[in-house]
Parts: sequence; C-alpha cells; structure tokens
Amino acid sequence: MNKIKTIIRKEWAEVFRNRMVIFTVAFLPLLMTAIPLGIIYSTRGTVSGTSNAINNQLPSGVTQSMCPSGLSGSDCFQVFMVSEFMMLFMLVPVAIPVTIAAYSIVGEKTTRSLEPLLATPITTAELLIGKCLAAVIPAILATYAAFGIFALGSWMIVANKVLLSALLDARWLIAIFLVGPLLALLAVVFSLMISSRVNDPRVAEQISMIIILPVLGGFFGQVAGLFVLNKQIISIVAVVMLALDVLMVYLATRVFQREQILTRWK
Amino acid sequence: MIHAENLTKRFKETLAVDDLSLDVAEGEVFGFLGPNGAGKTTTVRMLASLIAPTQGTAKVAGFILGRQDTDIRRTVGVLTETPGMYDNLSAEYNLRIFAELCEVKDVPGQIEKYLKMLGLWERRFDAAGTFSKGMKQKLAIARALLHEPRILFLDEPTAGLDPESAHLVREFIIELKKQGRTIFLCTHNLDEADHLCDRVGVFKTRLLVVDTPAKLRSSVFGRKVIFHLRVADDGMAEYVRKLAFVRDVKVVENKLVITLDDPEKCNPEVTRVLVAAGADIQFVGELRHSLEDVYLQLVKSA
Repeated sequence: MNKIKTIIRKEWAEVFRNRMVIFTVAFLPLLMTAIPLGIIYSTRGTVSGTSNAINNQLPSGVTQSMCPSGLSGSDCFQVFMVSEFMMLFMLVPVAIPVTIAAYSIVGEKTTRSLEPLLATPITTAELLIGKCLAAVIPAILATYAAFGIFALGSWMIVANKVLLSALLDARWLIAIFLVGPLLALLAVVFSLMISSRVNDPRVAEQISMIIILPVLGGFFGQVAGLFVLNKQIISIVAVVMLALDVLMVYLATRVFQREQILTRWK
Repeated sequence: MIHAENLTKRFKETLAVDDLSLDVAEGEVFGFLGPNGAGKTTTVRMLASLIAPTQGTAKVAGFILGRQDTDIRRTVGVLTETPGMYDNLSAEYNLRIFAELCEVKDVPGQIEKYLKMLGLWERRFDAAGTFSKGMKQKLAIARALLHEPRILFLDEPTAGLDPESAHLVREFIIELKKQGRTIFLCTHNLDEADHLCDRVGVFKTRLLVVDTPAKLRSSVFGRKVIFHLRVADDGMAEYVRKLAFVRDVKVVENKLVITLDDPEKCNPEVTRVLVAAGADIQFVGELRHSLEDVYLQLVKSA
C-alpha cells in the first residue's frame, strides 16, 4: 500500500507541473458545470403556457420519468434541458484521466525512467494500480467537486424544492457516483494501453480521446430524441461499464508486464 | 553471490543470450565486456529479475530467479544504461521516491549520505533536468545505492562522462569494492575494466572466456619479453629459437621479441644464450598487451 501511495505522489508531483494537465483538470469541470447552471438560470420562467400544453410538446418519456406531479410545464422544461447536458457532464471523468495517464506513461517512456522503477521491489500490480489511481482520483474528485458546485448553484437559483429534487434526482446520483468512476477507470485503462504503443503524450492523448465518442454519442442521441436518459438506462449503462472495466483491466494487466515494458515499450 | 546456469534468452527469432553459465564471488568486481548488441544489458536484466530467462536458472544472493524475484530486487542495485531521472522533480525527491519503493528505513539519512558522498548535496533541491550528464549519472548511482544493496549491476557507469567525472565514478566503485559489495560491471571501457575488475568475461551472445585480466593476456597472446640488443638479426633469433621453452621469436629493428610461458624462469637461460652468441644486451623488458588487444582478438575470432 505504501508503494502505491509513493507512486501516486510521484505521478501527481510530475503531471501537475504540466500546464496542459492543470488546464484540463480545472477548466473542463468548470465549463461542464457552467453550462447546465446557465440553462437553469436563463430558462427561469421563460416558458409560458399551461402545464399540459408544454408537457404535450416534450417527449413522453420525459414527462413520465422526469416530471413528478407538482411541477409546472416550465419547470418540467428546465428539468428536460438540464438532463440533455448530463451526458456532457460525464466528459469530466473521461477527459481528465486520459490526459493524466497519457503524460504519465509516455513521460516515463521518453525519460526512460521505467526501467529503474521496475528494478525496485515494487510489484507490477502495485505500479499499475498506483498509476491508475493517480489518474482516476483527480478525475473523480473533479467530477464530485463539479457536481457539488452544480448542486449548490441549482439550490441558489431554484426556489421550488420539488423542482430542485427533480433536477438532482437518482439519475444524476447514479451517473455521478457510479458511472463516473467506472468511466474514469475505463478511460485510464484505455489510455494506458494506447500509451504503451506511442511515444508522444499528445498523440497518446488524442488517440485515447476516442473513448469520449460513446459519451458524445449518448449526448447527441438524447438531443435527437432517440432515447430519454432515465434511471433504468443509466443503471444499464453502469452495468455495461462495469463489464467493460473488468475486460479492460484484464487486457491492461496483459499489456503491463515487466518484460513487455522493457523490451517493447519504445 | 551470483550463480547462473545455462541462462538463455530468446526474443522471437533473436537469440540474445546463449547458454550463459557464470559464477561471481562475494566482494568481487566482475567485468562483463562485449560489443554493442552482444546481450550484456539483457543479461543484467535477467540477473536483476527484470525479465525472465527463456531457459536456464540463476541464484542471485541466494535467491532463486523466477521464484524469489522481489527478494532479488530488494537485494540488488541497478544502474541502468541511461540515468532515467524524473527531470521535473528535484534530486532529493527523485531519491525519496526510490528510497520509499526500496523500503529504506532512514530515508532522509540515506539520501543525505549518498548526495554528500557524490558531491550533490548543495544541489539537492534543483530539478534533475537541470543537471549535467555527469551529475545525472552520479544521482543515478546514488539511487542504486540507497537501500545498501549487496550486489550492484552497473551498466556503462562512465559512458559519456568527462574524464574528471569518470575518475570520480571509478574511485567510487573502488570504494564500494572495499565495502565488500559484489559488483557486476558492464563496460566498453577496457582500461576501466583492467583497472577495476578482479575478473572479466568477454561476451558476445555467449560467454567466450572468463579470467583475470592478467591471465587473459597471457592465455591469448602469451607473455612476450623484449631483448634490446646493439645489433639484432636472424642469426641471433635462431640461437634463441633452439631453446625448447621458446614459443616464438621475432626480430623488430634491434630488438628480439620472444614469446615465453614463464619469463621469470626462462629469461636467465635466454640471456645466457644470447651473451654466448655474442649479443650486447642493452635492456630487457616485458611487452604488455592491453586488455583491448585481448578483447579485440577474442571478439574477432568469435
């Protein structure tokens, strides 16, 4: 455990000296928080008409899963709009670990510091876990912090308690506290595997960013009205993520072998 | 301290190390010589339990390779071919990471000890990236020693260093030898090997020969004695050639170069024969072949 902590401290000391990493870790969560908050603020009471009239214009799945009784049509519209951006919020736990992992692994390759590291009594598993956690922890913390700001901002903007609980319902909690960490782990393991094949952190980062495509796909699918992200769908996504994580961790342990690192990571 | 038996490493079609059997005693400085691509680094990686042999077995400090790898890595220190420092981090922080990973008990004490010993204490808070090549190499040596390893694998410790830094590193290796550490030294610098090593092994995918530098010289070239005469000619050479213990005689200007197995025993007889033949002997000396000559001869014939 102490060795894992050492690796995490070392990774952070190294990568957080990189401005690109700091920018990604700080800017992206702020942006993704500002967008839904801006929507809540700007759509306050801007939609006129009866509740029924507005509800009739929204997809039926929205009114069923997002609008508890007691919400006006205007409130329901706000919940719908904010939900559209929930998928974008999920970019935070994906993009941050990709950036950190890309710099962490490729950085070791370019400075040739992996061999002395592997010559210590650290096990390969400890090294892999340390590197993964060093990338995943900031991503999760940034996601939680961003969600905290979003929740606080919503509470300050929204007076209606029913609306507030509809905005921050179980879907958000599952997404932030379950799907977020699973996505972060998936992203970092994927990035680790890409980083083992390239020698430039920017190339590693760019290729690894492929992992955001499913997230963007989800966002655009929802915007296009192909589906409504309700509690059931998010729960299914969480289960799929878990299965994918298990598969990717298995593959990563095969890639992250002492001998392979020394003889093939060039 | 190091015992390898039929150690072999194959990377797909490439045979990197072929059937290496070797013993290195405790406290010995063993020079591992060979051309680029000979498999020296692969051998070090195998013995330091960084990569697994395809075939063969080894014991390092009593631990069995492949079964007690973590114990081996706890016992050995490795100076890799390139220093591999974290350039953005300070020298002190670089060492702290490795001290913690190597389970050093007194981390600050050990860091101070080796940074002072290698003359880097004043620069301890500077980023390793600002160090010269020589300073980085010294820092890498400090890193390899933090956990007081009983065995040290040094891969080209003086490569690319200026003469002063190289001298300092060599002196440091002598100091480590005095402390009783076993040192496995890969080097291209044959003078360095000659100066530092108790025994050397010449290696080119397989081990060609192992012996002390002095014995290697005599086994490859024989021992040569030079008799400076006022006049040296084939007639004089013929007198000497008749002696049974003489392996070879050459005339070079006014000198006779005579190859003998045991000059200490044979020189008086050669001198007597030459004086009897009317030679005026001006000076007698031994022709010393460098380890480089031995190495080139062995590698060429391999």
